[in-house]
Amino acid sequence: MTLSNELVLDATNISVQFGGLLAVNDVSFNIPKKSVVSLIGPNGAGKTTFFNVLTGLYKPSEGKVMFGDREITDLPPHKIASIGLARTFQNIRLFGLMTAEENLMVAMHSHLKSGIASTILRTPRQRKEEKEALDTAREILDFVGIGKWASEYARNLSYGDQRRLEVARALALKPEILLLDEPTAGMNPQESGVFVDFVHRVRDARDVAILLIEHDMSVVMSVSERITVLDRGEKIAEGSPEEIRSNQRVIEAYLGKAASEGRGK
Amino acid sequence: MATRAARKAKKAAKQPVSHRTWALGYLAVAAVMFAVYQYALPWEGLPLPIYDFLQLWLPPSSVNEALVYVICALGLNIVVGYAGLLDLGYVAFWAIGGYSAGWFMSNFFEQWKFHGLSSVATTEPGLHINFWLVLVIGGAVCAFFGVVIGAPTLRLKSDYLALVTLGFGEIIPQIFFNGENINGFNLSNGTKGITRLDPIPTGVKDLGPFDFGSKFVVFVLLAAIMVFISLQLRRGRLGRAWLAIREDELAASMMGVPLMRTKLASYAVGAVAGGIGGVAFATHVDGVYAERFNFSISIFLLAMVVLGGMGNVWGVILGAFILAWVNSTGLPALGDTFNSQFGTEVDFPSFTFLLFGLVLILMILFKREGLIPESRLRLVLHEGDADEELKPAHEEEK
Ligand SMILES: Nc1ncnc2c1ncn2[C@@H]1O[C@H](COP(=O)(O)OP(=O)(O)OP(=O)(O)O)[C@@H](O)[C@H]1O
Ligand SMILES: [Mg+2]
Repeated sequence: MTLSNELVLDATNISVQFGGLLAVNDVSFNIPKKSVVSLIGPNGAGKTTFFNVLTGLYKPSEGKVMFGDREITDLPPHKIASIGLARTFQNIRLFGLMTAEENLMVAMHSHLKSGIASTILRTPRQRKEEKEALDTAREILDFVGIGKWASEYARNLSYGDQRRLEVARALALKPEILLLDEPTAGMNPQESGVFVDFVHRVRDARDVAILLIEHDMSVVMSVSERITVLDRGEKIAEGSPEEIRSNQRVIEAYLGKAASEGRGK
Repeated sequence: MATRAARKAKKAAKQPVSHRTWALGYLAVAAVMFAVYQYALPWEGLPLPIYDFLQLWLPPSSVNEALVYVICALGLNIVVGYAGLLDLGYVAFWAIGGYSAGWFMSNFFEQWKFHGLSSVATTEPGLHINFWLVLVIGGAVCAFFGVVIGAPTLRLKSDYLALVTLGFGEIIPQIFFNGENINGFNLSNGTKGITRLDPIPTGVKDLGPFDFGSKFVVFVLLAAIMVFISLQLRRGRLGRAWLAIREDELAASMMGVPLMRTKLASYAVGAVAGGIGGVAFATHVDGVYAERFNFSISIFLLAMVVLGGMGNVWGVILGAFILAWVNSTGLPALGDTFNSQFGTEVDFPSFTFLLFGLVLILMILFKREGLIPESRLRLVLHEGDADEELKPAHEEEK
């Protein structure tokens, strides 16, 4: 499959500084329309930090982020989310004491319109809107395969279902781009295999581009159309899975880490 | 067999009671109390011991005062219980509501004369606006101040927010306290306060300061309206956003919830209740006195919310009623009984805050979810029991 030339997101020359630490150093990165691209790299490489720049949580010290033809570098996170960038978290951050469907309805907040007065008075329009939101939420939950837990509190779901719920919640934002931060963390190989199919299904059925941060190489290699490698904040390689597999710098970055870990023992 | 039945009973007891049931219970209790005040107390044939008992332990004025606390605590519950923001200066809204009543329902502004649907004689000087409209005005003024104070402060992290609201709660009453001469303008009549407010027009009869029974109905109605507003909002778009912010602010903003606006909304809605409570309180004591709006009221209200159960309107009603009653009646009455029994002279009411401090500490230690917990919170705070109950339910469904 060839990548589309049309970009949904284009981040250029992004740098992020934490005190003396340059967590992301002059990284340019784009996401083609309806693609599945991955960001990999050793621990502490700056992947999550880069995510946080895209979603508006951190403001980069350098560089700018374009979403379509709109600059989003300085937009607040909720704005960025509402115009179509949705994410999941490396360590699950669901609203634990809300039900699965409520979690999704929170994500629909920016698409719903009812205000204080219409909510108190339960106007017909408000009721219709709520009902439609609930139906959409259930439909998305069915889509990710946890429809039967719709009215269960998020914290009561199993770990794997919580991961699914995070994806479902992000989808409820009707995003153009879905950012997944280590979605298979804690899954066994079999579950990870299922996940690969799931990613493709999401992309095709929901019409989104997917950016994946992932440590599991078998997942990365089988799901990605393009892979970008970060190491100590710098982009050291970018290309198709085959290119990355045989890239010398990438091997060094990973093996170097393994070697230093070996010495540490 | 017996154990199974017992377990079943236990499980049934854990089912949260529906809002409808609670609402009916609330109305039933209110109806009984109204009957007692309106018909039983004035009745000649009422045995004296019963009359004395009621006057000592449940005097109508203290019940009405407790209802004012209920109204305000319900408002604070929206801020603290729903949105999870700590507000230590809630008394400011109570004061603003109180002065709204003072300004618009009395002869205080003699220099002006305006009558708006009021039942007082048109010859009276001053601003006289219908009580029901003043409720709206007081609520609106408080909402305005809620936004003004909230806009710059809600950006702050919650600890700082608590400090700023604390300052706000000190400043507003101080302004009224010293507001006798602001460039020659008498805003608040200073320490003397504003006395003699207009009666509450009801269409049938005007309710003066001593119409406890009828005013009880008015206050019960106001509290019921606050409950209704709370529950409706809670189950809608805004209520979900509040809860999400309480759960995980960062995740909420990443899901498109505008933090500032949403917090501000909770602050403003909470402020409206404070204003309505303030207006009600002013008509209850038939005046507005700056020294009554002190810091301890903010803490007092917070204690009511915590005791009753943050986020659960019925718990908050109970918590507010209990603490307000203990404060105004319970302790003094207990003191009188105790002292006359044992010939001592212990000043029971002076132990109020010692007692409340103790209640707060005990609640936080042993029953953090409050007397009637929000059903969600019950889940976390008794994790052990919850796990037992929930896991099998899952298995069955599979
Ligand atoms: N808010 C912060 N303040 C200071 N330093 C930070 C902050 N967030 C991240 N860092 C640092 O920036 C570097 C990059 O962190 P980041 O979380 O982006 O790595 P990562 O590639 O996601 O790693 P992992 O694979 O472990 O998730 C790390 O050294 C981290 O300690
Ligand atoms: Mg990370």
